[in-house]
Amino acid sequence: MIDFLQIIVSGIAVGSSYALMGLAMVIIYKTTEVPNFVQGEMALISVFLAFMIINSYGAPVYVAFPCALAFAAVLGGFLEFAVLRRAKEPNILSLIVITMGLEMVLMGIVSWKFGADAKTMPFPISPYDSVALGEIFISGLELLTMLTALVLMIAIFLFYRFSKLGVAMKATQQNKVAARLMGIRTNRINLLTWGMSSVVGCVAGLLISPVVMDPYMMWDPMLKGFTAAVVGGMTSLPGSVVGAYIVGVIEHLFGAYVSIEFKSVVAFAIIVLVLCIKPSGLFTRHYVKKV
Amino acid sequence: MGTLLDIKNIETYYGLIYAIRGASLTVEEGTVTAILGNNGAGKSTILKTVMGLIEDQPDKGAIEYMGRRIDGMDTEDIVQLGISYVPEGREVFEELSVRENLLMGAYTRKDKLGVEGDLERMYEYFPVLRERETQWAGTLSGGEQQMLAIARGLMTRPRLLLLDEPSLGLSPILVKEIFKIIRTINDEGVTILLVEQNARMALNVSQAGLILENGRFVMKGKSEDLKEDKDVKEFYMGVRSEASLKGYQRWKRKKAWR
Ligand SMILES: Nc1ncnc2c1ncn2[C@@H]1O[C@H](COP(=O)(O)OP(=O)(O)O)[C@@H](O)[C@H]1O
Ligand SMILES: [Mg+2]
Repeated sequence: MIDFLQIIVSGIAVGSSYALMGLAMVIIYKTTEVPNFVQGEMALISVFLAFMIINSYGAPVYVAFPCALAFAAVLGGFLEFAVLRRAKEPNILSLIVITMGLEMVLMGIVSWKFGADAKTMPFPISPYDSVALGEIFISGLELLTMLTALVLMIAIFLFYRFSKLGVAMKATQQNKVAARLMGIRTNRINLLTWGMSSVVGCVAGLLISPVVMDPYMMWDPMLKGFTAAVVGGMTSLPGSVVGAYIVGVIEHLFGAYVSIEFKSVVAFAIIVLVLCIKPSGLFTRHYVKKV
Repeated sequence: MGTLLDIKNIETYYGLIYAIRGASLTVEEGTVTAILGNNGAGKSTILKTVMGLIEDQPDKGAIEYMGRRIDGMDTEDIVQLGISYVPEGREVFEELSVRENLLMGAYTRKDKLGVEGDLERMYEYFPVLRERETQWAGTLSGGEQQMLAIARGLMTRPRLLLLDEPSLGLSPILVKEIFKIIRTINDEGVTILLVEQNARMALNVSQAGLILENGRFVMKGKSEDLKEDKDVKEFYMGVRSEASLKGYQRWKRKKAWR
């Protein structure tokens, strides 16, 4: 029983970083309807920037991490402005191609600048020291990830629910022309959305970096986050979070009881299953337009 | 009072489609001006052109608002100048609450108290919106959505309100109610440019009227005169004069306008 609980908790812990990636992708998809496959690499380059600031300039973590977050915000906004906005009435396929292309460019930049070997991020909390919660053990880093994800999720939820900007982001997604007629600068909304999403992704990246840090570190979390988002229906914030926990837990259960080698592949089985059962996602309550 | 909106001989294309073929119109401050015309005449296109919603249009001509050129400006800036457009087909934010829809209308406004006051005023104009305050706009009936769209358009505090077929698809009772509201809004000082297919109601509420056919105005005048015009009566108000029962004659008379 304790074993089982331990697996669930570890699943939720790893699910927390998937949840952040999923949230980041949903934030962009909700407003701009772009399936953003460069999400992971936007975080990657920001994380490596933090690493560089610490290593080359000897800056402390509490300086380097905010710098990385600020850079992520600018990078997200820049990609929207310089690339995505230029695509006139793109369809979903061209958007996938564009974001995949950007993904390769950013990963290429990181590999070229820092090399493909693994690095060690000097992180204040070790991923190996465990904290005991009753009889369940959890690393300090896992605990931090869970709490950070939780706080960020609540903040994002409140932002969309109560802030004027958050509501304007939803309005832009629902009816762009009507939004412009309200004086909402929808281009600016898209730019801010990308910046915000990029920051959320960067937080995930920073929390992953103490465990694994190389140019491929974000690929797996991003695909899992994407899976979570699809499970949640791509537009539901809580849906993507629950989806991420589900993916994390199932992955751990599978690893413990079935096969550790194929643990990582389970996510894709989940996607296929969800797409077969309820293609619109498990948690959408999308209002169906009357025609 | 003076001229608020001056559209000078504009031509608008949708790609290769020549939709507005040289149209001029002035809207005097404080009045209601009605544009009548059948489906596809180009009524909505004129309003969209004014709002800068059709990219790179008008192709020719000029649009002046309060003596200042606005053609070529961004929609968002035109809205800020005090023009509000309530599009055909409502276009509410379906997955926002009624209240959120209204607040989006006040998006660019900084006067919190004024916004609160206007919100209250909208609920007085349209009491049903208060009842539905927290409901998603997409769950409202057609008539309620139309009221919401008008109220949302008013939340920008416009000086000029462009209404695109507000009575479309509504029951006769609701149509009456909508026109009563149009009257009230105008009485409170908002200038209105109204596009309608319901000629009778539109001419009753307006002081000036124009008739649009195939992207050109074929008739302009005082609403009271247009109401008495034989052709207008026949083709837009459904009043038949005996002599024109034959389709051929209708066609001939219609031709004479061009
Ligand atoms: N988005 C568009 N693309 C191409 N043609 C359009 C578009 N919108 C309207 N049109 C054409 O322009 C003409 C005028 O349309 P519209 O202004 O909507 O008419 P109305 O509002 O008077 O019914 C019609 O012939 C219509 O087919
Ligand atoms: Mg129309």
